[in-house]
Amino acid sequence: MEALIDWLVTTFPPLSEGLARFIVYVLYSAILAFVAPVIIVVAYTYMERKVLARIQDRIGPNRAGPLGIFQGFADAIKMLTKEDVTPVCADRVVFNLAPILATIAAILVFAVLPVAPGVIGADLQAGILYVVAVGALSEVAALMAGWSSRNKFALLGAYRAVAQLIAYEIPIVLAILVVVMVAGSMQMSAIVAAQDVPFVLVLPVAFLIFLVASIAEIGRSPFDLLEAESEIVAGFHTEYSGMKFAFFFIGEYMHLFASAGIATTLFLGGWRGPFAGPDSWLGVLLGFIYFVIKTTAVIWVMMWVRGTLFRIRIDHLLDFAWKFLVPLGLILVVTVAVALKLPVIGTSGLRWVALLVANVVTALLMMLSVSILARRSRSAALREVAGVE
Amino acid sequence: MLSEFAFVGVLVIFATLLPVAGLAVAWLIRPKKPNPIKQSTYECGIETRGETWVQFRACYYIFALLFVVFDVEAAFLLPWAVAYQQLALYAVIEAIIFVAILAYALIYAWRKGALRWI
Repeated sequence: MEALIDWLVTTFPPLSEGLARFIVYVLYSAILAFVAPVIIVVAYTYMERKVLARIQDRIGPNRAGPLGIFQGFADAIKMLTKEDVTPVCADRVVFNLAPILATIAAILVFAVLPVAPGVIGADLQAGILYVVAVGALSEVAALMAGWSSRNKFALLGAYRAVAQLIAYEIPIVLAILVVVMVAGSMQMSAIVAAQDVPFVLVLPVAFLIFLVASIAEIGRSPFDLLEAESEIVAGFHTEYSGMKFAFFFIGEYMHLFASAGIATTLFLGGWRGPFAGPDSWLGVLLGFIYFVIKTTAVIWVMMWVRGTLFRIRIDHLLDFAWKFLVPLGLILVVTVAVALKLPVIGTSGLRWVALLVANVVTALLMMLSVSILARRSRSAALREVAGVE
Repeated sequence: MLSEFAFVGVLVIFATLLPVAGLAVAWLIRPKKPNPIKQSTYECGIETRGETWVQFRACYYIFALLFVVFDVEAAFLLPWAVAYQQLALYAVIEAIIFVAILAYALIYAWRKGALRWI
C-alpha cells in the first residue's frame, strides 16, 4: 500500500501525498467491498457444495457450465429476481436494516486483514481488537433480524444466536490473548512478522480453541443452532426472502473467509512462505497466493467438520463453551505466561520449546480432568437410576 | 494512526453501498404481487397465535451477565499481553492472580447453577 502511494506520488508529480493516499484507499475499498464478496461467495459456495457432495457420496452441482462452476452466478440471478415478501406485522425499518448491517459487519473485518506483504487496508495498532469488536456487529444483525420479523421461530433463533455468539466470543479472545502475548503486539502486520515459526506449531491448543470457537462464531454446523432447520425452520432469517436473504448469505460467507483469514494470520504465518516478501511484485503476489492457499485450507477443514459432525443441543453447546473452552483458555493463558518467564528461557529456540511443552501439558491436564469429571458424573447418574429402582 | 482509521471510514461507505445497491437493483427488477396470505407470519400452515414479543426465559440473561464479566476481563488483559515481554515477573504474577480471581468467579457461578440450562 505504502509503496503504491509512493509510486503514485513520484510518477504523477502534481499529485499530493494525501490525494494519492485517498485514491489508493478508495480503490482498495472498492475491491474489498465489491469484487471480493462476489469472488468469495461464488468460489466458496461452489467449493462447499462440491466438498459436501463428495463427503456424502454425491456429485454436487454439475449442470450450470462445465462442472457446474456457474452455479453461484445462477443462484445470484435467481435471488435478484425473487419477489420480496415482508410480513405485515414486522418492524419494517429494523427488518430492512438487518441484512445491510450483516454484510457491512462481515466486510469491515477485511480492513485489517494482511492479505499479502504490505497489502493491508488499515494496519491499526489494536488490529486484533478491532476484529473482535467489528465481528460482534454480526450478532447485533442477527438479533435485529430475529426480533423485527415478529415470528416465534425467528425470535428463538435470534436468542440462540446471541447466547451462542457471546459464549464463544470469550474463548476466541483468550486464544488471541495467548498469541498477543507471544507476538508482543496487537498489530496484524507485527503478528505476522513475529511468526518465524508459525504459531500453530508452538501453540496448537490455542489454535484449536480459536478454530472451534470461530466455527461457532460464524454459526456453522455443528454449531448452527441459530438456523437449525429441524427445530426452528431457518432461525433468525425465517421471514427473509429474495435479495435480503442473499445478503445474509453473502455476510455469512464473507465472515467465513474473514475468520479463516484471521486464523491464518494469527496461527499459520499469514502470507509468509518461501520467496514471499514486500520487496518485489513477484514476492507480493506469492505472498497473496500463500495467504489464499492457507485460508482455503482452514475453510476446507471447517467444511469437513460440517460434513462429518451432527448438530449439538443448545445446553451442550453452552456447556462446551463455558465449562470446557473458557477454563481451558484461562489455564492456557496462565501456563504460557509462566513458561515464557521461566529463568532458563533466554534463547529463542528454547522459548518455542517451552511454549509447545506448556500447550501439550495444558491439553493433557484438561483431558485428564474432563475424563475424571465425566466418570464421576456418569457414576452419580448410574447411582441415581439404581436408587430410583 | 489517523489515516489508518480514514481507510476504515472509506470502507464503511463502500461496504454500505454494496447491500444498498443490491437491494435497489432487486427492488427495480423483482415482481411485486403481494397478497394477505403471502404476507402473513410464517408458521407451518396455521395462523400464529399470541404475542411474539413476550418476556422470555431468564437463562439467556444470566449467560449474558457472565459474558460481561469476562469481556471486561479481556479488555484489561489485552494491554497486559501487549506489554508482556517487557514486564517483570511480579507484574506477570499479578495478572495470574487476576485470572485466578476470575476463574474463581466462574467456579462460583458454576456451583450456583448459573451455567445450568433449565
